Amino acid sequence: MVKLNVNGTSHDVDVDPATPLLYVLRNDLKLNGAKFGCGLGQCGACTVMVDGKAVFSCLTPAMLVEGREIKTVEGLGTIDDPGPMQKAFIEQQAAQCGYCIAGMMMRAQALLEAKPDAADADIRQALEPNLCRCGTHMRILRAVARARDLMQGKSAGNMAPAAATGRG
Amino acid sequence: MKRFWIGVLILVAVCLAGFAAYAWKPAIDPIEPPQRASFDRALIEKGAVLASVGNCTACHTKPGGKSFAGGLAVPTPFGTIYSTNITPGPKTGIGRWSEAAFSRAMREGVERDGDHLYPAFPFDHFTLVSDDDNKALYAYLMTRRPVESRRPANDLPFPLNLRLVLAGWKLLFFDKGAYHEDAAQSAEWNRGAYLVEGLGHCGACHTPRNALGAERKGVHLKGGEAEGWDAFALDASSSAPIPWTHDSLFAYLRQGWHADHGVANGPMAEVTGNLGRLPDSDIRAIATYLISRMGEPTPERAAAAEDIRKKLSIDQGGTPIPASAATGSPTSRGGAIYQAACATCHDGSRPQPFGGIDFHLSSTIAARDPQNAINVVLFGLPAASGRESPIMPGFAVTLTDDQVADLLGYLREAFARKPAWADAKAKTADTRSGKYRVSVRPSDGIERSPDNVGAKD
Repeated sequence: MVKLNVNGTSHDVDVDPATPLLYVLRNDLKLNGAKFGCGLGQCGACTVMVDGKAVFSCLTPAMLVEGREIKTVEGLGTIDDPGPMQKAFIEQQAAQCGYCIAGMMMRAQALLEAKPDAADADIRQALEPNLCRCGTHMRILRAVARARDLMQGKSAGNMAPAAATGRG
Repeated sequence: MKRFWIGVLILVAVCLAGFAAYAWKPAIDPIEPPQRASFDRALIEKGAVLASVGNCTACHTKPGGKSFAGGLAVPTPFGTIYSTNITPGPKTGIGRWSEAAFSRAMREGVERDGDHLYPAFPFDHFTLVSDDDNKALYAYLMTRRPVESRRPANDLPFPLNLRLVLAGWKLLFFDKGAYHEDAAQSAEWNRGAYLVEGLGHCGACHTPRNALGAERKGVHLKGGEAEGWDAFALDASSSAPIPWTHDSLFAYLRQGWHADHGVANGPMAEVTGNLGRLPDSDIRAIATYLISRMGEPTPERAAAAEDIRKKLSIDQGGTPIPASAATGSPTSRGGAIYQAACATCHDGSRPQPFGGIDFHLSSTIAARDPQNAINVVLFGLPAASGRESPIMPGFAVTLTDDQVADLLGYLREAFARKPAWADAKAKTADTRSGKYRVSVRPSDGIERSPDNVGAKD
């Protein structure tokens, strides 16, 4: 039995303590936002937050995160009321197939919580561990920059989706 | 009695005058920055290769900054030194240095204006560089893109901030010289010795230093420290479970990894990255010289290596359980972490360099000190920009200090069959907090991706 605190809710889960957090989230808690990509911590699709920092949930045994604050993309907002990170990704149409997006958002969220005024270069560096096989990195970077502005209370609509960096 | 004191005074005055004469170096006149066309193309190309042997870019480039423009903070036990701008920028670089001024800096550690340089610049090795090679290095550096960038002032306490003190340091520890061939050795050995001891300055990291920051005599290449990493011994005390051979060392230096030893990481990654420019013959010469310094492995070491090979050939994928791993023991907790978090890569079927090393082979786990193991567990091996490279995720967020210590204790006992490091937990805490500073770099080094250098610069 492992006790996990996910998105503010406490769960007792009946799993082997060595089970990767990702499997517990998806199979036991039915939180399917985090994705299985490589299982080796090399693609970032499984990224979630633990105590405010980004981790690869595929390489994080459940026993190591007992009693710690776990946040998944489901904790950032709902379909009806998306959080600023989700809103920015929708606004910028940053997803193509979408498989990497939950991981991208969680790593970006961790960055912006630690550094609300992150520069574009900080965003680029922070997202380095996360891969997008569709190649929408430019839109993803724009979306995170947009999320930063939204979180800092800057009004929407002051940049057209493709005009922010001048690149498509 | 009065006479005696006058005698003492005169003696002191003579000593001071002698030291002043030793310490004082004249300025060498500035020149008009030379034209690119005045340098021979072949000479510039030779200089490019030599500059990568010297790993000049690693210290003289700030991550994300312009190549050779300096300003990198080099932490030392005495304070922080900022590297100089060695682009031909005439105001803040070396654009107005003559070749004589450049050669003197290499040979004696003296600035064009006569100031002594700190030994963070390894002139104690560069003094061996030949005039011909200095000429080529000069041609290469003087034809780089000029950048005007003034480095921050060094942060050193009194009296170390006085450059005159460095003359005293030199008097105590510095042997000016050129490389003298050892006639009893082959030409290849001599070439290797010239590169290793001179421009390559391997000893700057791989030799222990004394309290005043000078390499200690008598323990040459016995293992030192660099940017928060242990630089392993390159002599008979090497911690490599499978002793280095000429072939494995050549391959490691050539490609940045070897199946018996793993991937170069920490500051060594930029060294192997830089060595990519050298011809095979020079890499072979370096291997020849270093293998001769390591000597033949003892029969015990050879037998232990044979054991490991046998084990890996039959028992691929098994997780060893040391005798101390009773339920609830630190070793057992560490073993559980290893199986859940590490074994996927380190006990998997993916071969190196993209798969993890089997820890039976790891010099890091067999080393005297836990520092490198701590660095890798906490910070991992960051990805390199724009090219495939071995990477490892860091576990600083997931693992507490206790858990890192448990894990390392398990790895020591299970794979190196040595007792757990007693100081692993304390060192983990200091490394995590930044009290002990570590540079984290991607596996292919600074040369090819200076904007991608790790988090801890």
